[in-house]
Amino acid sequence: MKPLVLSGRAANTSPGLEQLGRRLIRVREFSYDGLGELSPFDAPLVAQQDQIDWGSNFGSDLIVLRAAVDQTEEIRKPFVRLNRDFDYLANGDLISVDGRTGRLRTIYRRASRYNFFLITERCNHLCLMCSQPPKDVNDDWILEEVCEALPLIDPSTPTLGFTGGEPLTNRDRFIEMLRIAKDALPSTGLHVLTNGRAFADPQVAKAWADVAHPNLTAGIPVYSAVDYLHDHVVQSKGAFDETLLGILRLKNLGQRIEIRVVLHALTAPRLVETCEWIARNLPFVDHVALMGLENTGYAIANDSQLWIDPMDYQASLTAGVLALRAARVRTSIYNLPLCLIDESVRSHAVQSISDWKNAYVEECGSCDERPRCAGFFSSGRPKFSRGIRPIVGEPQIAV
Amino acid sequence: MARFQAVEAFHRLADETVLLPMSFERIEGGRAVISNFVGDFLTVTDEELRRIVELDVAPGDGLYERAYEKLLISGRSQISRLQLIAARYRTRMAFANAGTGLHLFVVTLRCEHSCPYCQVSRRSADKNLFDMDEVTAQKALDMAFSSPSPQIKIEFQGGEPLLNFELIKKIVFWGEERSAELGKPVTFVITTNLALLNDEVLQFSKEHQILISTSLDGPKDLHNKNRPRPGGNSYELAVAGIDRIREFLGPDKVGALMTTTQSSLDRAKDIIDEYVDRDLGGIFLRPLSPYGFAIKTKQFARYKTDEWFEFYKTGLNYIFEINKAGKHFPEFYATNILRRMFSDRPTGYVDLRSPAGIGLGALVYNYDGRVFASDEGRMLAEMGDRTFDLGDVFTSSYEDIILSDKLVDLVANSLTQCAPQCRTCAFEPHCGADPVYHHATQGDEVGIKPLSEFCRRQKNMMALLLDILDNSPDEAAILRSWI
Repeated sequence: MKPLVLSGRAANTSPGLEQLGRRLIRVREFSYDGLGELSPFDAPLVAQQDQIDWGSNFGSDLIVLRAAVDQTEEIRKPFVRLNRDFDYLANGDLISVDGRTGRLRTIYRRASRYNFFLITERCNHLCLMCSQPPKDVNDDWILEEVCEALPLIDPSTPTLGFTGGEPLTNRDRFIEMLRIAKDALPSTGLHVLTNGRAFADPQVAKAWADVAHPNLTAGIPVYSAVDYLHDHVVQSKGAFDETLLGILRLKNLGQRIEIRVVLHALTAPRLVETCEWIARNLPFVDHVALMGLENTGYAIANDSQLWIDPMDYQASLTAGVLALRAARVRTSIYNLPLCLIDESVRSHAVQSISDWKNAYVEECGSCDERPRCAGFFSSGRPKFSRGIRPIVGEPQIAV
Repeated sequence: MARFQAVEAFHRLADETVLLPMSFERIEGGRAVISNFVGDFLTVTDEELRRIVELDVAPGDGLYERAYEKLLISGRSQISRLQLIAARYRTRMAFANAGTGLHLFVVTLRCEHSCPYCQVSRRSADKNLFDMDEVTAQKALDMAFSSPSPQIKIEFQGGEPLLNFELIKKIVFWGEERSAELGKPVTFVITTNLALLNDEVLQFSKEHQILISTSLDGPKDLHNKNRPRPGGNSYELAVAGIDRIREFLGPDKVGALMTTTQSSLDRAKDIIDEYVDRDLGGIFLRPLSPYGFAIKTKQFARYKTDEWFEFYKTGLNYIFEINKAGKHFPEFYATNILRRMFSDRPTGYVDLRSPAGIGLGALVYNYDGRVFASDEGRMLAEMGDRTFDLGDVFTSSYEDIILSDKLVDLVANSLTQCAPQCRTCAFEPHCGADPVYHHATQGDEVGIKPLSEFCRRQKNMMALLLDILDNSPDEAAILRSWI
């Protein structure tokens, strides 16, 4: 199991590339179409030796070579040659190249359902299971790069995600970015993972609502219905109260909200109560996601506090989903393989794990449900439940 | 990783915890139910009750967590708790914003039945004396359409309304015209014993999407005993009518209600079987009507409430069996209360809300143009008590009626939110003011609640439902499936 590589180093670069600094590039394949006008950000993705002439005459100030193009002596233009890890890049994908260091990052893949932009690594929470541990550095350039990238994205992209860190760290600029996205990609749904605390300020909630985006969702974690339990998980006293206030303020303005509950040893013991509480107190939210733990980042460091075999909360998960369902709250189970979910609520399971870090294990080979199953994270240090088994000859779930 | 703090770092100091508004009711077994301001329940032992009330709770002890989740306690400086309660309360009470939605037109007092529990109908009397005329109907429509309610429902009542079907047709035409002019949707219901159902009524109902509501008191012998008519065939006509409507208009176009009488009390299963056999999709096991004996004698007999409750429990258990056998068959009294226990959706049920539904939820236009706050209020007037007579369609406007001192006083005085005994009752959030009942039985719209059969019945019902929800998982799942 090996996740897709989204950032790495170029195999080699041409002399002089360093003068170009950090560049956002939209790659174009030899036969490209369906992406409208060329922009100054477009560069040719030369796939084989005989496309070099095409690439050189493309009109861009730099060209991108696939790993397979290994004879570069003839090339007269600045180029960056990818290593094999980036073979997946295709027409319309966006990469960012730092000409000085040769580092490159994939920031958008047109073929993927899981395009997430990391907005910042700064955060006012320090969640015990954070998969993206925060750093307290000024990284405003990332948000600027995203603002630059949005108009280059295929407008038929169904959804884009925004994550962090806390995306609302730089509130004004982030909300401005939402406006840019709305203008450039009017039919693309936007999903923002935020801790929701910023919305406790009525002005922030209003600014968010004033974007008037037709399909903008704030995905907000609520780990417990008890104040100190939530505060402990996010390592911030007062977080529960402010997050709840934010949810109420945002919903009062008619905005779409998703509640996210990550399942681990600190949240599982009161999972039924948490779900019943959401059903009773926040039935107006648009979606609830009950999410298996990704064992990466801080989750590895806090393993002794967090690890629980999903089999040990299976009954609670079932009862929780049923309570939400009874209240007509749209509910999904993320990140758990179907064999660990009771049959009565399997229809709520979603293939939620991003394609670049999704994998299956040996038992999956003979499982009937594999095509519908979320499978496993290949990222971090995966831990496996004792309940993993192939599902064979059972009635298939209704989708 | 020393940056992470242990859970204790996030505990609150004991003196920073405060109580939120709550009420409690002791129940059997040394236990109590506590309810918060918006009607969430927590069942605790008496000792746990003491600890919550005295704030003798701390994070990690289990009781703190239960009390916190049920919005019974808060941190002193927390803002979201009260905001959440306020938002939920606002939602629950949203019905109070709407104008009168239900308008009952008594198109005639005449009836060919002579049911002893009915206080109002006139048998084979002079048509001209007891039928509503067109001028009165027009005036009543004026008033109904003046209601600020975004949509209105007009229900034809009697007597037997089909005895004045000509007027019903006119009211439907006029109502549809006004609905189109004003952009205010209107729906129609005819409440009829079905004895006079004919092809013309069916055809008209189909063309105008009219719903039919009828009475079915149980099996043949019981129904015909309760509801005498010449020929003694009320049951046969009702059942045949139900079948014809289902076939001609569709199964969702007819509903039946039972009236519970003394003779019903040992017949719960038979009555329910009748509703199952007729495929009526559920049953409302209604309380005994007090508007016979109790009103005449100004007395109230508690044993009747207890007898009724035994009837109800027998019926409910039988209904559980039916549901366990795989048929979705709700009991609507329980369903109504459960919906309020499990959601904050504002109740539209005019008989069980506070502020009371009299006038605000429903208005009754009598055949002679008098306007009543409720159907029972009209019955009282027939017996000489004009407390709920709010005026008439000729000289009063909708505003006159709704803002009249009489109605405002009746509603304001009976608010359960502040009435003695109700204000502190754990079941108040799911109950309602019943000023007509308490006026009829105690001569006072508030009433002394410990003497009220209504109160006793409501408490019995909610305690029963809570007990099932807490202690009988199979039955609890059935109850939840009705919501």
